[in-house]
Amino acid sequence: MRVVRMEGLGFDEWRNMARELLAEAVPPDGVLWMEEPGLFGQNGVEVADQAREPNGKVRVPATFFDQAKTAAAHRSPERWGLLYRIVWRLSRSEERGLLGCATDPDIRALDHLVRAVRRDIHKMHAFVRFRRVGMREDREQYVSWFEPEHRIVRLAAGFFQKRFTGMDWSILTPDECVHWDGTRLQFTPGVERSAAPEPDELEELWRAYYRSIFNPARLKVKAMQSEMPKKYWANLPEAELIGELIAQSRGRVEDMLAAEERPVKPEPRNAYLKSLRERTEGGEATDPGDVS
Amino acid sequence: MELERKLEILADAAKYDASCASSGGARKDSRGGKGVGSTGGAGICHSYAPDGRCISLLKVLLTNACLYDCHYCINRRSSNVQRARFTVEEVVGLTLEFYKRNYIEGLFLSSGIIQSADHTMELVVSVARQLREVHDFRGYIHLKTIPEASPALIELAGKYADRISINIELPTQKGLNALAPEKNLERTQDAMGWIREKIDEGRERRRSQSGRGGSLEGTLAPGLERKKLGKAVPFATGQSTQMLVGADSSPDAVLLERADLLYRDYRLRRVYYSGFSPIPEPSVRLPVKPPPLVREHRLYQADWLLRFYGFDVRELTSPEQPDLDLQLDPKLAWALKNRAWFPADVNRAPREVLLRVPGLGVRNVERILSARRTTRLRLADLVRLRVPMRKVLPFIVAADHHPAKQGLDSESLRARFLPPPKQLELVFERGPELWLPEPAELETARSGEI
Ligand code: SF4
Repeated sequence: MRVVRMEGLGFDEWRNMARELLAEAVPPDGVLWMEEPGLFGQNGVEVADQAREPNGKVRVPATFFDQAKTAAAHRSPERWGLLYRIVWRLSRSEERGLLGCATDPDIRALDHLVRAVRRDIHKMHAFVRFRRVGMREDREQYVSWFEPEHRIVRLAAGFFQKRFTGMDWSILTPDECVHWDGTRLQFTPGVERSAAPEPDELEELWRAYYRSIFNPARLKVKAMQSEMPKKYWANLPEAELIGELIAQSRGRVEDMLAAEERPVKPEPRNAYLKSLRERTEGGEATDPGDVS
Repeated sequence: MELERKLEILADAAKYDASCASSGGARKDSRGGKGVGSTGGAGICHSYAPDGRCISLLKVLLTNACLYDCHYCINRRSSNVQRARFTVEEVVGLTLEFYKRNYIEGLFLSSGIIQSADHTMELVVSVARQLREVHDFRGYIHLKTIPEASPALIELAGKYADRISINIELPTQKGLNALAPEKNLERTQDAMGWIREKIDEGRERRRSQSGRGGSLEGTLAPGLERKKLGKAVPFATGQSTQMLVGADSSPDAVLLERADLLYRDYRLRRVYYSGFSPIPEPSVRLPVKPPPLVREHRLYQADWLLRFYGFDVRELTSPEQPDLDLQLDPKLAWALKNRAWFPADVNRAPREVLLRVPGLGVRNVERILSARRTTRLRLADLVRLRVPMRKVLPFIVAADHHPAKQGLDSESLRARFLPPPKQLELVFERGPELWLPEPAELETARSGEI
């Protein structure tokens, strides 16, 4: 049994290791991919293996590498073994159609990981909230604290770079932080929550908007929560309003239903309104087309 | 008036407009520019309100003062609502500040009509112009357009915006005459037709610029000449509209036929259905009681069937039954009435037939088509695709499954799919939270995807 220690390592190290194992024809059930420190042998012993130059070429479809790279960001301890099993099946067992076979259990599992990571990236793009912390010459500086479910900072960073090119920003997370200064992205180790920036004064306006755009006559709490699960609420300035909005909604709707109907006011004198009326002179306007 | 109070009033005034999508903008980003912003692909929902709606854009009116008297609208001139008005700079500032904090994808700007259509449109356009030209803002902009505004202004709106829209509001002129006397269906559709030409023109120009155009002849909208293309200004990539549900007596068939016409003849990206919702300033001309929320949901589902599943309006409704079944989704309702189509063999049936199987979505149909090239599909395979088995079983044949014939013909099939009785409490009077769709339905409540 080969033991491969992966703690703190990522996709590139896995790929080098997988190439080597394939070249030595080690079958998937002959490898144990370990991430928990201290269970087998000493930390780092097997890691040294991975510095070796990979030998032997392995041909797998390019689409698999994209998927594998995404899946590697998942926190599931099973991902490395799963990826190796698929590479093995693709190259050694020559199961060419494997990736297209959505009903295969390994492919389903891969798809599951990829989707979870993509969703997490999407939610990070959506729920990061920047806070303005100052200026550097004429560039505004913003900082955000975010807690992603998976290790996605690198996968998610490009989006922010393209969108917020014109300002300096940092996103701090427990795993890893990313910084943009207008010319390059930099990654630094993760930090504690206490590093999170102070609230931004704009948050009051944002909450005013959130409160006003909500329609109490259409309360659908479950629909909201399926898209914006509670685990994200801690870092969303608007989330503190949710409870009170829900609590008040019934009373607000009852007031609307009980409100007295307002009479119709006469048309004001206005040249434009008059011109509109003249355009349909000679009777009421009727339908264009054949819808009745 | 303080900015915060204005924001409250003018967001409150805009919230009855259902469309908040920020998808479908041309791909652009802020690299090489001096500001912020990017669009392209699917838009992002940055938050959700407890009404389940996506918050993607800063959706506000420039002013809620209005000359018109649309009886379903809180801003109509007969309403006593408090009025407010943003300056152009205030909207520009709010958009940028919200955007830079990653609260929004961009701006959705509309306005009550003040003085005249052109005057109003000019103000709306100048917000977009400042954002684009002064601040190099490259985020999403959706501008609501007034059909009576002059073509030059609409063209300018299209130049700055990713999407422009005109609300059709009600599917018939008769309905408008009663409830929105200043609005005119023919003028609205004329403006939509004109906008469609501009959008087509812009698409052709982009295509020929990127060198993938091929022959232009035959693909242009009628009346466009080749020489015009070179100097045409950039233009929005899509238009959408909204129809109110339950404000007048139009049945679903009329709403869907109007939507179908708009999709086919005017190439609209989206028609939004907005169930009429009670407002704080009710009008004497309108029913107080709103339609059940589920009606709007069924319309979105039917709309999806028209656009992606190859259905025709006349298959979903009939003169005898012009409204959709509130209790069953429209595909299931159709399947129960057209049992001769089933069972469909998942290993053999063509795509068009699989798309009509209740419980099979577009994505799973594609997966089935690709998987069956290598295997004969069994029920366990469908379970792995997370197909809702209870729903599909009576309608399919798989390698290890043949539905009982009498099961499919039996009248009890409909009863089997009806929701349990307590969920039929669709009326509003007993509090807004009584009817909640099942979790599976929730995900699709806005999109209508089945
Ligand atoms: S035009 Fe009609 S719908 Fe639009 S704001 Fe005025 S009253 Fe409301």
